[in-house]
Amino acid sequence: MSLLDYSALELGRLIAADEVSVREATRTALDAIAAANSDNNAFITVLEEDALREAEQVQAKLRAGELSGPLAGVPAAIKDNICTLGVKTTCASKILGDFKPPYQATVMERLQRAGSVNLGKLNMDEFAMGSTTETSFYGPTKNPWNLGHVPGGSSGGAAAAVANRECWYALGSDTGGSIRQPASYCGVTGMKPTYGTVSRYGLIAYASSLDQIGPLARSAEDCAAVLDLIMGKDPRDGTSLEAPCGHLLENLSADLTGKKIGIPVDCFGDGLDPEVRAAVLSVADVLKERGAEIEEFRLPIMEYVVPTYYIIAAAEASSNLSRFDGVKYGWRAENYEDLTDLYNKTRTEGFGNEVKRRILLGTFVLSTGYYDAYYNKALQVKAVIKNAFDDAFSKYDLILMPVAPTTAPKLGESLSNPLQMYLSDIYTVSVNLAGLPGLSMPCGLDKNGLPIGAQLIGPALGEQKVLDAAYAYQQDTNYHQKTPVGGAKE
Amino acid sequence: MKITTELVDYVSVLSRLKLPEEEKVKMAGELEQIIGYMDILNRLDTSDIEPMSHTFPVKNVLREDVVEDFGGRAALLSNAPAHDDTAFLVPKTVD
Repeated sequence: MSLLDYSALELGRLIAADEVSVREATRTALDAIAAANSDNNAFITVLEEDALREAEQVQAKLRAGELSGPLAGVPAAIKDNICTLGVKTTCASKILGDFKPPYQATVMERLQRAGSVNLGKLNMDEFAMGSTTETSFYGPTKNPWNLGHVPGGSSGGAAAAVANRECWYALGSDTGGSIRQPASYCGVTGMKPTYGTVSRYGLIAYASSLDQIGPLARSAEDCAAVLDLIMGKDPRDGTSLEAPCGHLLENLSADLTGKKIGIPVDCFGDGLDPEVRAAVLSVADVLKERGAEIEEFRLPIMEYVVPTYYIIAAAEASSNLSRFDGVKYGWRAENYEDLTDLYNKTRTEGFGNEVKRRILLGTFVLSTGYYDAYYNKALQVKAVIKNAFDDAFSKYDLILMPVAPTTAPKLGESLSNPLQMYLSDIYTVSVNLAGLPGLSMPCGLDKNGLPIGAQLIGPALGEQKVLDAAYAYQQDTNYHQKTPVGGAKE
Repeated sequence: MKITTELVDYVSVLSRLKLPEEEKVKMAGELEQIIGYMDILNRLDTSDIEPMSHTFPVKNVLREDVVEDFGGRAALLSNAPAHDDTAFLVPKTVD
């Protein structure tokens, strides 16, 4: 059995007991990455020497009794839009191809303080814009369950690396489903916490009112442990919330007695693959056995969520990405006549098609004459969506719904029709618009052997409720332990 | 609504992008499809609804301004495509 068959928490216990060294764990992961990366392209940058050096430092601290947390010494991999001091952070874009951040993202500081080792930077859709990891300038990541299929996106590298057992957990980011949807397509557990609970300082911004960092891991338990490390107030992020944090793991409970779980019938109608529908609904049966009460309800906002999301996200993206101008950092076009020409050529040649499409769309919805009809309208509908969730959570502790309408599509099928790709985000984007915590967990395999994910959504700051339900489900099922390599762990 | 290549040109100028002719036509078509779909929102009467920027009721928190020295000028400049010891270099903008 490989060390990579252990969960993050199990590895943490072995390291704490000095039965496994941090170097051994790191070496094992680096070897697995080296063996797989030419096939699945999950990593943009692998930190061979840095990781081994970091492993020695962490080991020394462990021996000196300076580290004690449950994940001390457990290596992780990081999505390439999270700034890592001195380590190339490309956002999977040509325009940031050589960017080495002069500072560390807050989440990286927190992981380091907890004794994590950074294995490398993970592939993603360019600037996190995409649902398949095919818009990466560095080539698509492939789904380890079937290399002819996409891993989802935008945190596709993170989901693929965790699913393929190249690391124990990864950090991703989720603006409209970018943690949950790839987690679903790759059969891993991924969570987007409540907006404001994890600092965005050092996360390269896509849509600031929606972006949130979170974990992808093998189980809800591992996700809880990672969230305990990264959640918490940060004065460097103006939207960071003052909220209790740090006890999700120790408070995990599989007893769902008295918990009310709502199933929005509007999310199980046309357009949902029948196999996905059946697998997600079967989650309710397991949760019921654990004491939860299940009830169907109406969430009559679903037709509005995708347009609202894409208007707001594109608007914020067009503003956020104006900083990439070929002057302060990143790539600059070679031949230009004057400053305006330098900007135009750098941005036109430096950004990929999907990024340009969203910048133009965002600029359009913010432009004079269209602002009220599109951007302002979307902000009004956002309030309607938020209110619909408030209503639901006045009755229910949790909502259960699909993550995506289908399992992972084949490579090359999605990019030809952007609108079609946007529509596949229907079950994930509303969670970001309402700022809520949402988790994706594996709940079955389709007839082609591809993973199916179920989504649990909680009220704002309801991380514990969400994780408890997922933890309960994973006590009674083993879908989260199934793996594309080596067979399921017994 | 109809998205013309002229509108794509206008939005491109605002975005500091310059699409080649053949891409412009394609982009106009894609944007028209996407923006047309967004008109679904007009089915919802929102005349009495305040636009929502922040999902949670966050308030401004004020503190005394404290100067913190970043001290990493060399590191910041090292990422620039063109720089000297103290500044980013760009084409001359004023004669």
